[in-house]
Amino acid sequence: MAMEAQEIVRLIKDGIPGAEVTIEDLRGDGDHYSAHVVSTAFAGKSRVQQHQMVYQALQGNMGDALHALALQTSVP
Amino acid sequence: MSENPVFERIKQEVNDNPVVLFMKGSPVFPQCGFSAAVVQILTEVGVKFKSVDVLMEPDVREGIKAFSNWPTVPQLYVKGEFAGGCDIIREMHETGELKQYLNEKGIELEAA
Repeated sequence: MAMEAQEIVRLIKDGIPGAEVTIEDLRGDGDHYSAHVVSTAFAGKSRVQQHQMVYQALQGNMGDALHALALQTSVP
Repeated sequence: MSENPVFERIKQEVNDNPVVLFMKGSPVFPQCGFSAAVVQILTEVGVKFKSVDVLMEPDVREGIKAFSNWPTVPQLYVKGEFAGGCDIIREMHETGELKQYLNEKGIELEAA
């Protein structure tokens, strides 16, 4: 099971208004990515809440089709 | 919908132990890089913790994700509160926030 980088970016952008997403396939296997998500929607939220927003946007793929996503979130 | 029965087991662990790490494998034999990374960080910070091997308890492995609304393991709990997974604990450690957070929660740290 794997996911395309652009699919991940699309899901995050659809799920989090105004998100800017930079993504890197760490091992070229579609299973281990690192992503940095920047959005004003994160303002005032804890890191745990910010990451939960991204996992929500990924609609259940996280931990399933997508084994590992090293995630970093920040407010612009 | 009656509560997930495994939640009782999880609640008991996180309330009985100040610091609990739900991980794959054990601190001595971690079975996943992310779990190993958190064990390493907790060791560096010098904090004692209880570990729960979710590979030995499949119901906990799934239940913990619903319990915290967090899709992956490892998961660290401090004084009953979900502190984060590998990414967040690593980021907090790098910025020094982890020690501050543990101190604020009244967790004793062994001098390195």
